[in-house]
Amino acid sequence: MAATDAQTSLRHAFGNVLAFFILILIGVLAFSIRLFSVIKYESVIHEFDPYFNYRVTQFLTKNGIYDFWNWFDDRTWYPLGRVIGGTVYPGLTLTAGTLWWILNSLNIPLSVETVCVFTAPIFSAFASWATYLLTKEVKGPGAGLTAAVLLAMVPSYISRSVAGSYDNEAVAIFALIFTFYLYIKTLNTGSLFYATLNSIAYFYMVCSWGGYTFIINLIPMHALLCIVTGRYSSRLYIAYAPLIVLGTLLAALVPVVGFNAVMTSEHFASFLVFILIHVVALVYYIKGILSPKMFKVAVALVVSGGLAVCFAMIAVLVAMVASSPTMGWSGRSLSLLDPTYASKYIPIIASVSEHQPPTWPSYFMDINVLAFLVPAGIIVSFFCAKIVCLIFSCYSVEFLTKSRWSLLLQACFSPLSDASSFVILYIVTSVYFSGVMVRLMLVLAPAACILSGIALSQAFDVFTRSIKLQLPSLSIDSPVDAGDGSSESVVPDDTVKTDKTEDTQKERTSKKSRSRKSSSESVEKPSSKSQIKKRLSVLPLETSIIAIVLLVLLGAFYVVHSVWAAAEAYSAPSIVLTSHSHDGLHVFDDFREAYAWLSHNTEVDDKVASWWDYGYQTTAMANRTVIVDNNTWNNTHIATVGTAMSSPEKAAWEIFHSLDVKYVLVVFGGLVGYPSDDINKFLWMVRIGGGVFPHIKEPDYLRDGQYRIDNMATPTMLNCLMYKLSYYRFVETDGKAFDRVRRTEIGKKHFKLTHFEEVFTTHHWMVRIYKLKPPKNRIRGKTKKSKSKANPKTVSKRKELKRNPF
Amino acid sequence: MAMEPLLRIGVLFLFLHLSVLVNSSPSHHLQIINAERRIDLTSHIIKVYLTLKVENLGTSPTSEVRLAFSPAEAEHLAVVKAAVTTGKRKKKTYVPLDVKPVGPPDGPNGTKFFSVTLLTPLGKGETTTLEVLYILTHSLEPFPVEISQSESQLVYFRDSAILLSPYHVKQQTTFIKTPRSRVESFTVVEPTKRAGTELKYGPYDDHTPYSYSPVLVHFENNNPFAVVEELEREIEISHWGSIQVIERYRLTHAGARHKGVFSRVEYQTRSGASGVSSFKHLLAKLPPRVHSVYYRDEIGNISSSHLRKDFLKSELEFEPRYPLFGGWKSTFLIGYGLPLQDFLFESPDGKRYLNFTYGCPLSDTVVDKLIIKVVLPEGSKDPAAVIPFQVDQHLETKYSYLDIVGRTVVVLEKKNVVPEHNIPFQVYYNFNPIFMLAEPLMLASVFFLLFAASVAYLHVDLSIRKS
Repeated sequence: MAATDAQTSLRHAFGNVLAFFILILIGVLAFSIRLFSVIKYESVIHEFDPYFNYRVTQFLTKNGIYDFWNWFDDRTWYPLGRVIGGTVYPGLTLTAGTLWWILNSLNIPLSVETVCVFTAPIFSAFASWATYLLTKEVKGPGAGLTAAVLLAMVPSYISRSVAGSYDNEAVAIFALIFTFYLYIKTLNTGSLFYATLNSIAYFYMVCSWGGYTFIINLIPMHALLCIVTGRYSSRLYIAYAPLIVLGTLLAALVPVVGFNAVMTSEHFASFLVFILIHVVALVYYIKGILSPKMFKVAVALVVSGGLAVCFAMIAVLVAMVASSPTMGWSGRSLSLLDPTYASKYIPIIASVSEHQPPTWPSYFMDINVLAFLVPAGIIVSFFCAKIVCLIFSCYSVEFLTKSRWSLLLQACFSPLSDASSFVILYIVTSVYFSGVMVRLMLVLAPAACILSGIALSQAFDVFTRSIKLQLPSLSIDSPVDAGDGSSESVVPDDTVKTDKTEDTQKERTSKKSRSRKSSSESVEKPSSKSQIKKRLSVLPLETSIIAIVLLVLLGAFYVVHSVWAAAEAYSAPSIVLTSHSHDGLHVFDDFREAYAWLSHNTEVDDKVASWWDYGYQTTAMANRTVIVDNNTWNNTHIATVGTAMSSPEKAAWEIFHSLDVKYVLVVFGGLVGYPSDDINKFLWMVRIGGGVFPHIKEPDYLRDGQYRIDNMATPTMLNCLMYKLSYYRFVETDGKAFDRVRRTEIGKKHFKLTHFEEVFTTHHWMVRIYKLKPPKNRIRGKTKKSKSKANPKTVSKRKELKRNPF
Repeated sequence: MAMEPLLRIGVLFLFLHLSVLVNSSPSHHLQIINAERRIDLTSHIIKVYLTLKVENLGTSPTSEVRLAFSPAEAEHLAVVKAAVTTGKRKKKTYVPLDVKPVGPPDGPNGTKFFSVTLLTPLGKGETTTLEVLYILTHSLEPFPVEISQSESQLVYFRDSAILLSPYHVKQQTTFIKTPRSRVESFTVVEPTKRAGTELKYGPYDDHTPYSYSPVLVHFENNNPFAVVEELEREIEISHWGSIQVIERYRLTHAGARHKGVFSRVEYQTRSGASGVSSFKHLLAKLPPRVHSVYYRDEIGNISSSHLRKDFLKSELEFEPRYPLFGGWKSTFLIGYGLPLQDFLFESPDGKRYLNFTYGCPLSDTVVDKLIIKVVLPEGSKDPAAVIPFQVDQHLETKYSYLDIVGRTVVVLEKKNVVPEHNIPFQVYYNFNPIFMLAEPLMLASVFFLLFAASVAYLHVDLSIRKS
């Protein structure tokens, strides 16, 4: 017995070491699958928002943390400026800044850019480890490892965390999963230590992403669910109450959240549940000290008094909420609750493609086979693996014995654990949110991974056990000590699951004895009733093998899809475009060409106007002041730029001149066929502009409700600034002015600019920069003077006898 | 190698054999019998080849001949070299002479002097022929100052028809070579002749010391006026087998400033007539066996470069992000690795030395300020640089990957560098190879400690109360 004990502990250690190395490999996988962008393109910051984060990080590393909090940025939103320190979620920036600082204090001279580029892959490795921890708490280490592998390469998360995608979500998903893990951990252990850690993790999440409101609503929902289903316990109290108190206090420390943590409607649910949980705790306490009869009297007393107080409080709360115009909800939250809200009231939110509802293919693209595994996962976590297996076996075996039914029922009524109910609540809410906004697919991904991990691991568990029990070779090979051999084969299976939650504890022991018996019965013929019962959960051998093969195929398909998504779909940095033509790879590096030109050949304080998409990039790469940028906090200002772009040249010039603008930048894809250019975004400029300045009317730009730029286009369209700046002298390139994006010849080909002059156009014409001509009354004198100076003929052939220069 | 241009020009000239006699005469009794100047204006780096036939009229022998430069010239002077010819006809060889700037007092009107020290003092009545090459930068003044995209670039060149000299010049001629035959105007100092791309001033007879006759040539020069405002070359030596070089450029087009519109359609469709003075391509000559070359700027990779490698040299042809018009600027960075054994040697006294080329790898560019930083490996001692010309030197310390004491950096700074400065220099230092093991050992011990700590943590029960 002592020998077997030593053997099991050795196995135990072996299992732990194995799990440890698997986790390391998962981390390596998560990191390296995100490096396609660096290998295929280069180590560069991607997209738009990451450029802002990169710029903030540069500022932080250069000027230190105090200057960072007090940073008023005058390079953007001219002439308003922006208080960066108070309006930015600092988690990502501080994380990368700290990483950089540590590396530099170890004399590892990595640039800020390199650190920023690799922050997201590093944190996805952390996120997969956090997923392991969370799933382990819910369903044991096997499911944890499976879920971690799935999360390491879920396309939805890859899309936001490839190397270079330096955005809040990169660290926030880790923070989200880790907060949930600590919540479950506290719930399972009732340890105040984990509760404190949990509020710190929540604080990190608040620092990182506005999506923290998801946590602060989901956890109260779960607590409420527990209370309602009568599962209140002191563990729940410890998991919930400290998180709300400490978490809210800490959240209020983040400048961008501040008093919002107690004043906006997003947080009220947590406070209501906080009150409720105290009431419940009090009730439980009183119930404990009073006799049942006394308790009934007390309940009658308290309920009548308590209800009155409650109604009064709710009335006050409702009045408070109703007094604010948006009911205390921010625009983005409202558009989550009412999916049509944004398109009705806030065109600026609606204009962002990632705020659109997703299509079905995008589910398949982003979570792939997980979408099918999730329902299985839900069933598995509702009941347990065995029951699923039983249901299956009911179909496979023609008769349904009474014993089977009793087992089925017994399993059905095994209680749903707190952790499982949390995961199910998580998936249900995140499915809803992802259905509203494609961006929130990211929140769904971890939940889908966890549930699919549970499903997959349980399925493997069942099938491999079935095979193991039915393989005759096992008993033939060692017929003498068949019992020992089979227990050996079962034990590692168990050691991996040592931390299973209570409900699985029982079945495990029964499983052990069952397997031991069943292996011995494989030598003899099974006859007794108890042995039949043991074999109930065993599926036929062929079915199991086929199922395992299918599962492996499914997993392989997932891997292939994920790698494809990482390599092909989500790795393009969007500032560098490539195209494959018959003579090899062609690189379109026009954006950086334009930004480099701006940064080196214009004055430091020049203002550049462009549509807000390019604001962050212009400030980060060209270091020039912009009028509007991707932080769309001031709708009027954006509408002003939109109005200018949709106005005729003179009116636009006046608007831009009043904003001190010196250069106007437009993105034009007509020459090379780059579809997301300003002409394609133009209707949003008209809409947003028209939303504030009513003289801009969308129908003026549409011919019979159709947006077109060919000769059927409306005169308003053909005379607006955006059209002119995009197509200025375009006809001279091919003689026909054929727009390759809109696949048509443009409507107005030959025109002159009177108030703007072209100062730079990039190699593929993708970015065109125009300069505002100086005001009219001064322009005449100036041109004359420069003309006389510029004429070289006046000095020709004159014998010059200049003074001796010294 | 640097004498090659002198050699080529020298063949053209009449050659005088000279016998060397030791005599004594005061230096100001020299006279220049014949001076011939050839000014090459084909690029923005002006090369002047000067042949002087000097005679000692005084009584005492002298070994110093002075060259005079106007303050404007002296300011833009990049290189002054002198050589004396020995041997006859085909056996003619050039012996470089020592040229040193002479401190104050300056001559009249602030004339600056450079003194050439002859190999052997020039005796009474003897003559010698000196070949002088000097290079001027930033001496072509664009006029008009601003041009539009379709115009070509015209520049002024100012000089004197008569050689500025502290000596009496008996006879002299000046030839000015322009890049193209288009010359808008030039000052006439009779006799002046113009033929094709060449202007001839002189011959002039008998000019007193410090004579000056300013001339102004206004001509077309569309050569790229590529000026590197600042170039920092960091050469990092690793005794593990490679040398890493990072070159940070701040490039500008120093010609006539671009005015008004830049039209891409004109630039692309009429490349011959539009933006003729702008430049798009640059060529860097890198050492052979160069590897892992990268070309980027502060916002990422620049994807327009080609590397050609052969046994003698590697050529990197690259384009800045945008074509450079007059006044436009660009910054970029070129980095590459080199095999250590090609550049690092051990001297007989046990010291190691790096033998590397000074100057800028870009062809035909002026570098206003060149900073060369030689980063020696950690633990090297007694650095000493040997450079054939005057540079500012100082030492710095740099901390790179896991350094503790830091690496010694020898910083060599020089202003106004032209391709003629691309000659080898050496940095000597002492290095004990044991230092190479410092960082691997450090890493190994850190990992060892980490494992030891985790083993200890797993075996020690830290709980206060046994449960």
